[in-house]
Amino acid sequence: MKKILTTPISDEDLKDIKIGDVIYLNGHIVTCRDVAHRRLIELNRELPVDIKGGAIFHAGPIVRKVEGEEDKFEMVSIGPTTSMRMEKFEKEFIEQTGVKLIVGKGGMGANTEAGCKENKAIHCVFPAGCAVLAATCVEEIEDAQWRDLGMPETLWVCRVKEFGPLIVSIDAEGNNIFEQNKVEFNKRKDAALEGLYPKVKYIK
Amino acid sequence: MENKDALDLLTGQIAKFVGLVGKRLPDDVTAKLKELSEGEEMPMAKMIYESMEKNQRAAEELNRPSCQDTGLIQMFVRVGTKFPYIDSLKPVLKDAVFIATKEAPLRHNTVETFDEVNTGTNVGTDSPWLYWDIIPNSDKLELDVYMAGGGCSLPGQGKTLMPGEGYEGVVKVVLDLMTSYGLNACPPLLVGVGIGTSIDSAAFMAKKALMRPVGSHNSNPKAADLEDELTKAIDSIGLGPQGLRGTKSVMGVNIVNSARHPSVISCAVNIGCWSHRRGTITFNSDLSYESSTHKGVEL
Ligand code: SF4
Repeated sequence: MKKILTTPISDEDLKDIKIGDVIYLNGHIVTCRDVAHRRLIELNRELPVDIKGGAIFHAGPIVRKVEGEEDKFEMVSIGPTTSMRMEKFEKEFIEQTGVKLIVGKGGMGANTEAGCKENKAIHCVFPAGCAVLAATCVEEIEDAQWRDLGMPETLWVCRVKEFGPLIVSIDAEGNNIFEQNKVEFNKRKDAALEGLYPKVKYIK
Repeated sequence: MENKDALDLLTGQIAKFVGLVGKRLPDDVTAKLKELSEGEEMPMAKMIYESMEKNQRAAEELNRPSCQDTGLIQMFVRVGTKFPYIDSLKPVLKDAVFIATKEAPLRHNTVETFDEVNTGTNVGTDSPWLYWDIIPNSDKLELDVYMAGGGCSLPGQGKTLMPGEGYEGVVKVVLDLMTSYGLNACPPLLVGVGIGTSIDSAAFMAKKALMRPVGSHNSNPKAADLEDELTKAIDSIGLGPQGLRGTKSVMGVNIVNSARHPSVISCAVNIGCWSHRRGTITFNSDLSYESSTHKGVEL
């Protein structure tokens, strides 16, 4: 059965979710990336959208104006961007906003692990390159804030239905799947190299 | 056909082909992804492959770019000396990218360096980036179109080694890259390796290697053997789709090589992501065309 989270998300909802689980989201998710993080944390500006118990998406979408309607937008294509760029800000971001679900691409570091553990939040990966799949999970763009940042950085408030698959990479205990994998990958790489060296003695 | 009409036609056709490359993966990549998906044993990895497949289907149905990062456009141009439009080809290619940006649409990915402004058109100083090759006594134009995405361009690296470090040094450069940057470049990857004298030639060959079909082999038997050995070695790391573990790691490893100076051995790596958007199209002198990567395409 599909595990589906619905916003607003409570601490209790995240209790049984572990790294490597696959989940989906119903409710709202807001695109939020580099400059939005910087404005909140470094420039102390209040986020214009309330995301307490909510979800953010590290993504810069392609949106299209809906013809014949005033101020209405449609999601064309949306894919995750590298989450690591937000690592510097994410712990404080989680503390200040009360966000519960962060979606992006690739792993995040110790700072975010701590933020997730202390405040009960999780980080998930949406498969990158699947931008049309993600766009078709967006039912409606309900709001757009900080539009002065341009299309990729605007906070697009999306109502989503079964948005996913979302692969849990940091759980609310601060476990980090990418860090665990890295150790294993490096071990296997060293073994593979030892096997390769005797085979490449072309210079004799 | 009047010359101007012919140039307009050629520009329009290339623009449509560029758009298509962003929406539909080449046949060899599609087939390889299917094979990897079917051979995948880990459930989560299997699920990611299924999402990729669903995405490609949706992109085709809705006529939208399959990945939001449509890259900076690069082309390998092989033009016959007798191709009637050879003199106008450079502006034709630029115009084609300009048109595709609006019509496909493509994301705006051309930022002028130093001025640090996005041109908003995917056209700029040496953008699209072109490699030229002249084919004597031919009246055809053969074009590889490639979308160099940010995530898959990021791992690109090269190193000039002393011969003492040998090919052992080369395979170490390749494998180290896999567990550092390769992981985040949207595996399963196509790994392009160039081996030669200086760093520029190695980097060029590494990109040229990415234009070769998945599953093809270097004509030198030793190099072909190393392609297979590297594939096995990287697969044994088990990066899986999205670097979240899986049975395999790559779509393949392609090596392109040249002779080298006795005192140096340069190697470079360029990476193609799972969404390896590459297309090859051949125009005849009457502008009829055929694509070897997107069979049966009608523009
Ligand atoms: S690495 Fe490739 S598939 Fe992944 S986001 Fe970039 S262009 Fe898209």
